[in-house]
Amino acid sequence: MTTIEKTRMDIVIVGHVDHGKSTVIGRLLADTGSLPEGKLESIREYCARNARPFEYAFLLDALKDEQAQGITIDTARTFFKSSTRDYVIIDAPGHIEFLKNMVTGAARAEAAVLVIDAKEGIQENSKRHGYLLSMLGIKQIVVAVNKMDLVDYSREAFENIRDEYVAFLARIGATPRFFVPIAAFPGEGMIGPSDKMPWYKGPDLLAAVDAFEKAPPKDNQPFRLPVQDVYKFTARGDDRRITTGRVESGTLRVGDKVIFYPSLKSSTVKTIEAFSAPVRTSIEAGYSTGVTLSSQLYVGRGELMARADETPPQVADRVRANVFWMGRAPLRMGKDYLLKLGSAKVTARLERINYKIDASESGGDATTDLVERHDVADVVLVLRKAIAFDPTSLLEATGRFVIVDDYEIAGGGIIREGLADEARKAAEAERVGTTLWAREAKPGTVVFLAGDEPALDGAADLLRAKHPVLGPLKADAGADGLAALADTLFHVATAGITVFARLDDLDEYDVESLDVRLASVPRRWVRTADEAAQVAKELGA
Amino acid sequence: MSQSQDHLDQLENQSVYILREAYANFKNLAMLWSIGKDSTVLLWLARKAFFGHVPITLVHIDTSYKIPAMIEYRDRVALEWNLNMVYGQNKDVLASGETFPNGKLTRLQCCKALKTDALRNTLSGAWPRYRMNHTTGMYEPDTNTDPYTGVIVGARADEEGSRSKERYFSPRDKNSEWDVGDQPPELWNQFKTDFAPGTHVRVHPLLDWTELNIWEYIERENIPIIDLYFNKGDGKRYRSLGCAPCTGMVDSEARNVSEIVEELKTGKFANIAERSGRAQDKEDGGLETLRRDGYM
Repeated sequence: MTTIEKTRMDIVIVGHVDHGKSTVIGRLLADTGSLPEGKLESIREYCARNARPFEYAFLLDALKDEQAQGITIDTARTFFKSSTRDYVIIDAPGHIEFLKNMVTGAARAEAAVLVIDAKEGIQENSKRHGYLLSMLGIKQIVVAVNKMDLVDYSREAFENIRDEYVAFLARIGATPRFFVPIAAFPGEGMIGPSDKMPWYKGPDLLAAVDAFEKAPPKDNQPFRLPVQDVYKFTARGDDRRITTGRVESGTLRVGDKVIFYPSLKSSTVKTIEAFSAPVRTSIEAGYSTGVTLSSQLYVGRGELMARADETPPQVADRVRANVFWMGRAPLRMGKDYLLKLGSAKVTARLERINYKIDASESGGDATTDLVERHDVADVVLVLRKAIAFDPTSLLEATGRFVIVDDYEIAGGGIIREGLADEARKAAEAERVGTTLWAREAKPGTVVFLAGDEPALDGAADLLRAKHPVLGPLKADAGADGLAALADTLFHVATAGITVFARLDDLDEYDVESLDVRLASVPRRWVRTADEAAQVAKELGA
Repeated sequence: MSQSQDHLDQLENQSVYILREAYANFKNLAMLWSIGKDSTVLLWLARKAFFGHVPITLVHIDTSYKIPAMIEYRDRVALEWNLNMVYGQNKDVLASGETFPNGKLTRLQCCKALKTDALRNTLSGAWPRYRMNHTTGMYEPDTNTDPYTGVIVGARADEEGSRSKERYFSPRDKNSEWDVGDQPPELWNQFKTDFAPGTHVRVHPLLDWTELNIWEYIERENIPIIDLYFNKGDGKRYRSLGCAPCTGMVDSEARNVSEIVEELKTGKFANIAERSGRAQDKEDGGLETLRRDGYM
């Protein structure tokens, strides 16, 4: 087949409430012939019959009702076509109350049209949406200065808004592609040149949108794979240990040397695994994949896999970041939050607010120690343990995070830079006071009776009279079985009780995984008949 | 994303990512399998995500009015793919016969009793669950009665208005209820994986798929699908599967997967909603009412 598939692009249309988003969308649908036949006419007739002025918002509402009842049925998205592309407009409500929905929609878009009312000028949400788009990583923005008919198509009015908005966006390092003067309702400047605005020489709105480009592939950037999990499913004789995750950027080949951050463990890629798919020797950005390694490492969620021959990610436990806040309760100092970046999840605290980007123009001051709902701020965050990341100026996907407050995603942010850990000691002192074993009694010891030596079973039976003895755990219990055992052992030991676990002969990886999971309690490995006799004597009847 | 990925690749890789996030974050995880094409694609994607294994319990709500071939297919696939297969049902209502087919309830009331109530109580562990014993091929009472904290569902945004408002990870409160107006933000593939005790999270890996994508993927991957979807010579087939008394066949000549794909792309179904054969959707309130209450 030689037909060229038309590309598809997801865009959002944002702006302050009542600046004309619905009219812009309605016009785009109508003027590109993307509406069902007769739809526009029937809405106009309906308005005339009911003595109401026609509005494009009615058209959109009518489309939604119809969709809800049966045909394309997707109230969160609207579709239109130009001669070059198929567009999906993702719903992104303008009202401040729906900021979370706006962010959810906009985060999925590839490009954005930001609508500003020529008469009302730049309003709070014009600014807020502008820097949110920038933080969400949407670089391609067209600003539509709408309702030019209300300012007599004045060049001066347009240029004033343009200059003011360019200056504002420059503060956050964003530059719109085009400013397009339009009057969406009468259809000026939407498609083709407007004879009302002969002074404007740039593209019309549809041409400006068609000039958006698909993001270049990330295959040539440094390789990054946040580890989602390590699988070892033993059913039906499967002995592969597969390190999984999605390739966020770059390319990986069989034989590549890889390093995991922050642990700095390294190995070599042995195979690239897939189910019911052709064998691959390389994998690139966008794929949810899995690899086996030439050596068995204990790595898990929170590690970032990178190639040894490329720029490494950074590792830090203090970062400077830009955050936007959506939570009902403000982001405050002295409170523990969870920060999630890639597959890493760490406790984080707000250390300081450098400045706020204030949409209401009361000036960026740092006199407050709160980041309130709908605020955007430049802050320093301290993390309970170091994580691996890239500053978003270098790689976007591995520099973005969300902040969880009381089970809810309450904020999002991007890392500007990692910081030296000068505050670490102070934070350390604070943290000792809150750890479990600082409050509880001295933890009990976990004693592993590991291997197929028969004396170990004898010792286990003897010890059972006085101590909790878990197991036996079979070698094929899998990662879940092992994790559940480690959990139980941890809870018993931290309650101050010495506990035994009878295990089959485990491989090095499983031994290390138990050691890592139980790193904070004393452990003892018993493998031989002599050791078994010794431990039975010490701790038995 | 990569240039080498087409739209189906992108959908597949996103769904696999979501399944792995669900598996990593929820201890007691279940996946609803209705035996229909969507949840069977979901099951196939789980095999992709976990390299041929399915380390998640599959839950089927058996209304006892399902088309009999569906139960045979379920048990055959469960044995073949080594699935942790569990079913639950509303035993009391079935015993008393208070159902729509017996003329005792409306369609919607019947759906609520046999599906929503059965689902809710099977997920919470309040009613018995029956697990397949792979040695005997028979079902036995399940010893695990803990509530499932994560439930993976094959809902698609394009199916029906209320489903297009869903998130990939969508919280449900203690009564399985869904607050459509106040949903968590979802960005950069960070999902709601932290939840208060007593609540649970519905996970929707197929949210971005359309009916056409589902069939194109079934064709590409050669996924064994139940043959009720095909015309076997009488010019009729099921487009959507449910209980026998409430699910009608549609007139169609499509005899295999590629003919279905062609029919959806260019034929007479290009502009007709998939659930048009489901009678309960046409009653007052329809699916959104059922869904607020905890229906899939």
